[in-house]
Amino acid sequence: MTEGITTPGQGWRRAGGSDVAGDGVRAYGDGAGRRRKGGRRGGRRGRGGEVPMVEEAEFTSYYGRPIIKPPVWKSPDVPLYLFLGGAAGSSAILGALADVTGRPALTRVSRLTAGGGSILSVVFLIHDLGRPERFLHMLRVIKPTSPLSIGSYILAPFSAAAGATAAVELLGWFPRLKRFGGAVSALFGGPLATYTGVLLANTAVPSWHAAHRELPFVFGGSAMAAGGGITMAFTPVAEAGPARKMAVTGAAIELAVVHRVENGHGVVSEPFHTGRAGTMLRAAKACTAAGAGLTVLAGRSRLGAVVSGTLLAAGSLLTRFGVFEAGMASAKDPKYTVVPQRERMAARAAQNGHASTVSR
Amino acid sequence: MTSVSSASPAFTGKDPENRLFGPLPDVQGEAGYREDHPARVGFFTDTSVCIGCKACEVACKEWNTLPMDDSYGTRDTLGLSGMSYDNTGQLGANTWRHVAFIEQVRTVDLPMPTVGPPPDAAASRRDGIVDAPDEAEPGDSVVTAQTSVLNAEALSEFDPQTSQSGDREIRWLMASDVCKHCTHAGCLDVCPTGALFRTEFGTVVVQGDICNGCGYCVPSCPYGVINQRKGDGRVFKCTMCYDRLTDGLQPACATACPTQSIQFGNLDELQARADARLETLKRQGVESARLYGRDEDDGVGGNGAFFLLLDEPEVYGLPPDPIVTTRDLPAMWRSAAAAAAMMVGVALSAVLGSRRR
Repeated sequence: MTEGITTPGQGWRRAGGSDVAGDGVRAYGDGAGRRRKGGRRGGRRGRGGEVPMVEEAEFTSYYGRPIIKPPVWKSPDVPLYLFLGGAAGSSAILGALADVTGRPALTRVSRLTAGGGSILSVVFLIHDLGRPERFLHMLRVIKPTSPLSIGSYILAPFSAAAGATAAVELLGWFPRLKRFGGAVSALFGGPLATYTGVLLANTAVPSWHAAHRELPFVFGGSAMAAGGGITMAFTPVAEAGPARKMAVTGAAIELAVVHRVENGHGVVSEPFHTGRAGTMLRAAKACTAAGAGLTVLAGRSRLGAVVSGTLLAAGSLLTRFGVFEAGMASAKDPKYTVVPQRERMAARAAQNGHASTVSR
Repeated sequence: MTSVSSASPAFTGKDPENRLFGPLPDVQGEAGYREDHPARVGFFTDTSVCIGCKACEVACKEWNTLPMDDSYGTRDTLGLSGMSYDNTGQLGANTWRHVAFIEQVRTVDLPMPTVGPPPDAAASRRDGIVDAPDEAEPGDSVVTAQTSVLNAEALSEFDPQTSQSGDREIRWLMASDVCKHCTHAGCLDVCPTGALFRTEFGTVVVQGDICNGCGYCVPSCPYGVINQRKGDGRVFKCTMCYDRLTDGLQPACATACPTQSIQFGNLDELQARADARLETLKRQGVESARLYGRDEDDGVGGNGAFFLLLDEPEVYGLPPDPIVTTRDLPAMWRSAAAAAAMMVGVALSAVLGSRRR
């Protein structure tokens, strides 16, 4: 029999799709999220109208073009901002606590790390703007729905306090003001390191959004590994005990939560394993694990502290780059937008007890 | 316009008023406008009558003085996409209306019927048609088809967009895409400067003198509409011709559309019109017709600009089930707060657990 042109899914497929860069109809397959969707491939009806035994799991797109726009954020600006903000944030907390427990050398190194990191991160953040001269527009309104707005109100007081504290630390003026500035920056240090997870997750970028509960913990752990690593490398080993402990705990948290991000979200976990992101994250894990192990084994020697601190910082930096690149890759491939949404619709339809192919 | 706080709705815990997600009957009121604000306006783009003339694209470019760009949004470049008649490619900073062209092919079983569908199918279809002109005999299906242009049989037999070649049929789908002006707009939610705002008409507009080009709105749009303009640094998107609306004019694209594929009006009227149009098409056997962005219970609380499509949304480059990212933001903030507390806890135990010198 013949159907009118308007019957849904009756063998229509894009003409010439296979020879166009980025085929519009592509099979996808991964163990966790296999979806069946028949009727798009031609030739099916040609085989005497019989439905093939195994339907290919596939998705459709408009000439292989991405559905969402990939972020316009620049690399290395934004990954560096994430890294520096995290290292500065965790160092500020460490510095304030070292101050009140009487560890002057660790306090000094932590304050300088926090101050330097925060100022540099502000520079990178402003440099990434399309209109850098308008950066103060960030403080024009305050919006809880915008992580970047809240982040600006975290970064502004943090960088002011941490920068001023580091400056007076270098100059040796106003010891009491130094303690106050250190306390203020410690207050904002944690939120500065973890809000960036929300910053990335609160987008339509599939691989970031799916990991929205984990990313703040990834970045928090990574921040402690970096901050602990950097301060450990520059502090006399006798006083650097807290830095070593924080670094190792942070590294363990980072590794554990990154593992969940990389494996817990079906098809959108894929970009964390493939391409540049996969390479970076594998290197990140190697650096972080080696750095943490070396800290435990040789962190009490000068050389061991420097090497393991460097490894931990490099691991944290690579984690930021890897997560950033994975999100970019997931945004550029329509598969990661369409397939999870189709799976969501199928699950909803199953829940409602009726199959529905018509989108709502 | 009235002065409106550009801060977006505060968090209310369980969000009982659907400020982040869900249906929102009065978007302008929720954004802070007084009760005497104008009605919410929108576009209903009926792709079943789109002829792909791109008059909407040209009118939009001209009215809004948008720069030239190629099919990848590269500014001041002329280039063919090499994939179809679509050399516009995508929506972006310099393209606020985009006519998608999808050339589809399918194999059909031979022999093809010479005229009309099989008698039994024709009869069963006609039973559903309430306002069919005359009860035609099965043999007179040509007459039935010709009396109504949008009759399904007519579409299959006479539609110039479908043609047959041997055992293959070819059809064109054309659809003019545009900013959806969502009820819960991701771009508006995440804008840190307040450059994006909700107008008194319920649309979402960028204020060019405020935007600092942070680019956060770009990946936050579930439809990939808004983008940054290279060489300018700021973001741009459809304003639904805010300047024309304030002067009582219709948007340029709707004015230029020769087939009324793009219809502009009050949103509730457009929704009623779209529902009626869908019903008509369904009755005529156009089973694949569906409304996209019409449902207020969808992931973005419904669109201010919605569509009638003839195939799955992703065929047109639209996401099948978009959800505003901010729906999950409370969970994200909780997670960030917990992670920050965790950092303080770890640092505290590291300091207290280490021996003093």
